Amino acid sequence: MDMNLLIAIAPIVTIAGAAIAVMLSIAVRRNFALAFAIAAAGIILSLVSLGIAGQESPVRATLLIQVDAYSLFYMALSLSAGLAVLGLCYDYFKEREGENEELPLLLLTALLGALVLVSSSHFAGFFIGLEILSISLFVLIGYPLNQSKPLEGAIKYLVLSGVSSAFLLMGMALVYAQCGELYFSAIGGYMTSRDEINAMVLSGIILIVAGLGFKLSLVPFHLWTPDVYEGAPAPVAAFIATVSKGAVFVLLLRYFINTDSYDYTPLLSVLSVIAVLSILGGNLLALLQNNVKRLLAYSSIAHMGYLLVAFIAGDKVSPALAVESISFYLLAYFITTIGAFGVVSILSTPQTEADELSFYRGLFWRRPWLAAVFTLMLLSLAGIPLTAGFIGKFYIFTSAADGRLWGLLFTVIAGSGLGLYYYLRIIVAMSMNVEVAVVKPGRYGISTVTIAVLTMLLVWFGVYPGLLINVIQAVAYAME
Amino acid sequence: MILPALVGVLLLGGFAAWFSERWSPAIPRWAAIVTLTLEALLLILPYSVSQQADALSSAWLAGFYGPWIPRFGIGFHLAMDGLSLLLITLTVLLGFMAVSSSWTEINKRQGFFFFNLLACLAGTVGVFLALDLFLFFFCWELMIIPMYFLISIWGHENRTDAAIKFFIFTQVGSLLMLASIVALVLIDHSHSGTYTFDYFDLLNTPLKPEAAFWLMLGFFIAFTVKLPALPFHTWLPDAHTQAPTGGSVILAGVMLKTGAYGLLRFVIPLFPDAAQQFAPVAMAMGAIGVLYAAVMAFAQSDLKRLVAYTSVSHMGFILLGVFSWNLFGLQGAVITMLAHGISAAALFMIAGALQERLHTREMGNMGGLWPALPKLSALTLFFALASLGLPGLGNFIGEFLVLQGAFSVNVLLASVSALVLILSPVYALVVIQRVFHGPVSRHSSLHDLGRREWAALGLLVLTAAWLGLSPQAVLNISAPALKQEMQNSMVTER
Repeated sequence: MDMNLLIAIAPIVTIAGAAIAVMLSIAVRRNFALAFAIAAAGIILSLVSLGIAGQESPVRATLLIQVDAYSLFYMALSLSAGLAVLGLCYDYFKEREGENEELPLLLLTALLGALVLVSSSHFAGFFIGLEILSISLFVLIGYPLNQSKPLEGAIKYLVLSGVSSAFLLMGMALVYAQCGELYFSAIGGYMTSRDEINAMVLSGIILIVAGLGFKLSLVPFHLWTPDVYEGAPAPVAAFIATVSKGAVFVLLLRYFINTDSYDYTPLLSVLSVIAVLSILGGNLLALLQNNVKRLLAYSSIAHMGYLLVAFIAGDKVSPALAVESISFYLLAYFITTIGAFGVVSILSTPQTEADELSFYRGLFWRRPWLAAVFTLMLLSLAGIPLTAGFIGKFYIFTSAADGRLWGLLFTVIAGSGLGLYYYLRIIVAMSMNVEVAVVKPGRYGISTVTIAVLTMLLVWFGVYPGLLINVIQAVAYAME
Repeated sequence: MILPALVGVLLLGGFAAWFSERWSPAIPRWAAIVTLTLEALLLILPYSVSQQADALSSAWLAGFYGPWIPRFGIGFHLAMDGLSLLLITLTVLLGFMAVSSSWTEINKRQGFFFFNLLACLAGTVGVFLALDLFLFFFCWELMIIPMYFLISIWGHENRTDAAIKFFIFTQVGSLLMLASIVALVLIDHSHSGTYTFDYFDLLNTPLKPEAAFWLMLGFFIAFTVKLPALPFHTWLPDAHTQAPTGGSVILAGVMLKTGAYGLLRFVIPLFPDAAQQFAPVAMAMGAIGVLYAAVMAFAQSDLKRLVAYTSVSHMGFILLGVFSWNLFGLQGAVITMLAHGISAAALFMIAGALQERLHTREMGNMGGLWPALPKLSALTLFFALASLGLPGLGNFIGEFLVLQGAFSVNVLLASVSALVLILSPVYALVVIQRVFHGPVSRHSSLHDLGRREWAALGLLVLTAAWLGLSPQAVLNISAPALKQEMQNSMVTER
């Protein structure tokens, strides 16, 4: 194999190497801090190597992996998110019983899957990445072995993920049967060469969308989401909500652009229905939740619906604008979701998971900074100015209006109105005047730094997004 | 540079108030006073410029531009004309009133309270200054959040529901506006090839009539929710009733005016044709609102709720005046904005003062207070008369001009809304009768107005009287701005 290609996939290799290093270190001696340190070093090294890989891009490294600006950007995003989650995990697990050293190992393998996903341009790479990611997640969700809820969540995710993989494989098979190609661009070549819509390819893509819909927890494939979010440890839930969903979405977008699947107009109707159902379903179901993790789960369903609106707009607007909107929205969503789950994770103790709404009563007066951070995160999820979430929502509005998707745009508006209600409920609970005995907070140094950084990024990108937009625009143009 | 300072001083002052709480819970309110004084001093300069308005080439007294998000042509564009100047002056004046009425009422978490109060004022000033539609939207949203906190933390018994209702109503309205803004920019982009959110560029966007109508509707709904006009007014009585006095003063005095300002500054100049076609509907909404809210006010037993409904009634006049779109109507709307800001704020302060003393807002539990509280009662009578439009006070001038302006456009609606001149004395005097006259209730030792309350309300009395006796000074400041807006809407008529 060529040296240049090796450099191009260096980030992926580094993460795989770090996973092996963690494994070996555990074999020699179990040390919680060491395992986390190696994992963190691996992720940072991988981030650095992105810069070197960037000099080789765009390049098709091996048959399966495409290293270009698009994949580099999302690799960087996934790795940073992975690092933040790792930091949260450290504080979350450090005082828990049991052997927690395998946790960073699993996070690394999950990240490896995400990196392969965001850079794959071939059905094989797509499937390998997805499975590495999913298998790591089963174990991560059920990591607290002696509790029932995590195990319930893990089994649920395992079964539904298996089913969705079956859908996915069937879809790939159908597309392959018709085109005889597994490489995205080659499929695109086939699709552009035929004018009429091929029923087999269409049903293949619908099956793929259904399979990915499970991972993205779009209505009607969303049934696992609240249980898994509720059961999983808070930082792991953050990982599922961001990296896992984000990587899948990124891949779906690349697939649609590279294979020209936007020409298949019936698909867009299917996607529009899914988007409307997700926005309304997610927001309506969240209204009555009293569990913060379940509430965030339903809100993430709605957010995937908003993203899908920008995705559908990619048909009418230039793909660059769709990529730009989706990238900004995903980035804002990553920051916000990890931040929100970060607060939940800081508040949780080994005895109790801080997921009941009643737990947050009067948080403003007990832990003002933490409550302020949580408020900002929730306002960002609601798309209120000063936060990155607002610019993200602005992008969704822009692409939807540019694509003349008025119906979807009104659904987004209605969904945002509904969404406000349950985000505000948490804020109201936090600002209630209740006298609660002040519990001395535990020492959560790394988590505190993590959410402080996330908050600063949130406000920075919300108030002055110019620089970030330039970067994202470069990524978007490279995709065209 | 003075314009960003106007917003910045309030924001920084807010943070200062918040953090000064560490030393003593009494410092935040002084920090707020100092901040507002600085803000008032900053306004001297634009006033001196406005005195030489004839020498200026346009109605704009000051301007500021800085790049912000170049990708979409979004700039940090602020500008001030006579209209914004008057409204910002009102904002500062009522800011003092809000601080004064919160002086003893707010007895917990003062730092955060005054932060929210000042942040809310900063957002409002931003709204009055922004000439970039994105920036306008940004400020528009920013003033809602602190107000939400003011209601939900320091409000009365049903504060949570009222705060959420307020937030959701205004937010959904403003998202419709955001959709309209984005669509307008995209239409402009398809003609000119560049993205811009600048007010002056968008004024000249050629629009198809149908598109213009829908875009205008998005703006119109956002502003009439805020104004509020029938049928979007239902959040207002709840929000007002539950808000702390300082919050009510800002909400009624200043925040409702942002809706009127938006109609004046954006809806009609941006979409003159569509607005003209829509004017009968809007004016009818205004007229119905004037009468309906006056009747509703009469039916209330909660003092703050009653005042809230009178606000809806007065806001109907503003809608009527703005959509008649002639100089009389517009000037009347502006005067009504200012006069209503003063009278409603004063009435809410009085309601707050009564609540602080009697711990009730129910008029059934009051009665015969005049002997016990002679000063307070006399001031209430004054502001009740102001609110019903007694000649010699500001509200009369406003209503008179609005009716004159509306009469020349739509005789029927103007005549119908003039009927409120019968209804408003009914609700105003019913307050006096139920609260201050009648059998003496059991309240024995009530202390009358303190020096601070006296000074605050006295200042409002003077302002209301000055506005009523010599409105020309105000009319002179707003006239160039209004003429310019009217001209803007002429230029784009094709």
